[in-house]
Amino acid sequence: MRVAHMTTTAARALPDEYTLDHLDHLESEAIHIFREVAGEFERPVILFSGGKDSVVMVHLALKAFAPAALPFTLLHVDTGHNFPEVLDYRDATVDRLGVRLVVAHVQDYIDDGRLRERPDGTRNPLQTVPLLDAIEAGKFDAVFGGGRRDEEKARAKERVFSLRDSFGAWDPRRQRPELWDLYNGKHAPGEHVRVFPLSNWTELDVWRYIEREEIALPDLYYAHEREVFGRDGMWLAPGEWGGPKTGEEVQTRTVRYRTVGDMSCTGAVDSDATDVAGVIIELAASRLTERGATRADDRMSEAAMEDRKKQGYF
Amino acid sequence: MTTTHAITTPAITTPAITTHDSEAPVTVADELLAPPRRHELLRLATAGSVDDGKSTLVGRLLYDTKSVLADQLDAVERVSRERGLDAADLALLTDGLRAEREQGITIDVAYRYFSTATRSYVLADTPGHVQYTRNMVTGASTAELALILIDARHGVVEQTRRHLAVTGLLGVRHVAVAVNKMDLVDWSQQRFDDIVAEFARHATRFGIEDVVAVPVSALFGDNVVDRSDRAAWYTGPTLLEHLEAVPVGTDPSAQPLRMPVQFVIRPQSAQHPDYRGYAGRLASGVVRPGDEVVVLPGGGRTTIAGIDRARADGSVESLDVAFAPQSVVLRLTDDIDVSRGDLIAAADEPSLTTRDLSGTVAVLSERPLRQRDRVLLRVGTRTVRALVDDIVDQLDIATMEQRTAPDGLALNAIGRVRIRLADDIAVDDYRALRRTGAFLLIDEADGSTLAAGMADAPDRNAGEGI
Repeated sequence: MRVAHMTTTAARALPDEYTLDHLDHLESEAIHIFREVAGEFERPVILFSGGKDSVVMVHLALKAFAPAALPFTLLHVDTGHNFPEVLDYRDATVDRLGVRLVVAHVQDYIDDGRLRERPDGTRNPLQTVPLLDAIEAGKFDAVFGGGRRDEEKARAKERVFSLRDSFGAWDPRRQRPELWDLYNGKHAPGEHVRVFPLSNWTELDVWRYIEREEIALPDLYYAHEREVFGRDGMWLAPGEWGGPKTGEEVQTRTVRYRTVGDMSCTGAVDSDATDVAGVIIELAASRLTERGATRADDRMSEAAMEDRKKQGYF
Repeated sequence: MTTTHAITTPAITTPAITTHDSEAPVTVADELLAPPRRHELLRLATAGSVDDGKSTLVGRLLYDTKSVLADQLDAVERVSRERGLDAADLALLTDGLRAEREQGITIDVAYRYFSTATRSYVLADTPGHVQYTRNMVTGASTAELALILIDARHGVVEQTRRHLAVTGLLGVRHVAVAVNKMDLVDWSQQRFDDIVAEFARHATRFGIEDVVAVPVSALFGDNVVDRSDRAAWYTGPTLLEHLEAVPVGTDPSAQPLRMPVQFVIRPQSAQHPDYRGYAGRLASGVVRPGDEVVVLPGGGRTTIAGIDRARADGSVESLDVAFAPQSVVLRLTDDIDVSRGDLIAAADEPSLTTRDLSGTVAVLSERPLRQRDRVLLRVGTRTVRALVDDIVDQLDIATMEQRTAPDGLALNAIGRVRIRLADDIAVDDYRALRRTGAFLLIDEADGSTLAAGMADAPDRNAGEGI
């Protein structure tokens, strides 16, 4: 006798007809979260950039309330350096769904001096102030974000319902324990709750779901020819934001984007994946996380994301 | 309890890992493009005492399933070198916050993800020392399996008994025991057997149904994912092999229907002028059109007219059957008053409706729970005002002895309470139906979550059935 295998009636497999695929589990969980927010909050808003995670969020929200219309407003913080094709996609989506979109412009803040351009040209960290102002102006009490816990170490500790004070700040030590599927959305006036319906999804789950549901994305998620230049081991696209500098040589390559953010710090990867199936194959073979591969802002320091979250970032 | 030798081990298959290894991209792609008919999801929670090597074990699980990618590993190796370590400290993979890295501790529950060809895993990584009860209760609340670590040198210690008690209390059905640091006891079979025998005794006491123990060295990777050749005497599964084989889920057809109503869907559009549906996620059971249901706590009886779910294109399809934990919209035959906070339940096996609730709570807040406290109680989608009528006792979870609690229940304490409610609720015995037997106590003033609760069986409850 070596090993304790105390067996029991519990060790029975589930009948096939009542087994769910893990994508069905994740979808059901996300739909439950959207409905909880609709039931508990007065003015929810979905952060919608046209990026794949926000597109999947809107898709799930539509499914949660069908056949009724989406009961949420959309909010986008435009850095002024967004990819034009992503903005086109955003606007087409808003038209198609007939929903309300609020856009906060980082450029407005730079123009009137409330924010200053950074020496490195990236505007990602500058989004926080316009975001908080838009939340306050819109009196939004729940803000859906597409953040996933697999993205980054500080995000691994994020709750599905994440309480923020009136400065939008995230205090990891003040987070509420989250048990079962009983989400506690209680908050004081001036506070709001960030809600992350995709918390338990991985990048691969998102792509498999996009494939299964045949969700259309902006074209730059798939391989295309683009003029790029190399910086910090990434392919960046030239644009009004300030690249390339002298000595950085522009060349045409076949690339795609794994994330879509500010052009100044979102890099493309070499790719031949022209469709979802190709992307999934490529991801499975990838040796880098999506943020490590394509987000310069997360490379700044070991605690870069934690620091930005504490200041009210997404 | 007698322990038996691998008589009824579930069929062990060699796990085919979904790898990120660039050397074998073709195999990987083939696996992904031809996934099993259903790719299952297993939620598990870890528990271990200080220095059991839990972070290292979780790091090992991620590393050996190729869930750690090159940039994450580079960062870990760089920091390990800076600290003068010879090998990469895999614990660094999981300690997410700056304070944790600086102090070398884990503060909060963190969630990790890894997958194999057959399953996806959501792992709640719960710290073993600071606020262990609060964190473990949180992690265990959604887990189907608890992974408990034991240091082979120290064996079953008081913390282990606490972890078992919380696991049993939260109704986690499966326990995997990793007897870690086997390298430090020369892979002694006797040592392993002694620990397993003692663990089994406690597990039985706490009502744990299913336990499998594996001798491992997380530091060197023995028996975590890859089989070790250091313990020829061990013929059971590796840790991951066990995680791949343990049955997941509860058979919904063995439980009565419960669906807390989250939201009323009323499009009031030209296309759907009179549509009225009740949106929710099935907490338990199976539902079909024509089924008789009761809407609680009101008690109105009706039948299911239809079950709706959105297709990918946004149109709505009607289903012949839905089961837990699916999210659906139910339409009812009769026009009765139903709103958020109500529970749709099987008419022949309804929940208990009561204004007096007794149950066990775990206190999660710095603010202690005292007799006469006025709080909010949340069960399902319903929130009602509540008064803590009595703190019956406090449970010493190391000894399972009950003692009085004249000063109330402090942070991390577990005890039994009686609660008086301002309004009716529908509730189940937590041990039978986890989702509808669980409740929260919430601070009315600042909205913080004070305690997690598990309702007693109706015969211990003072309320009357309907």
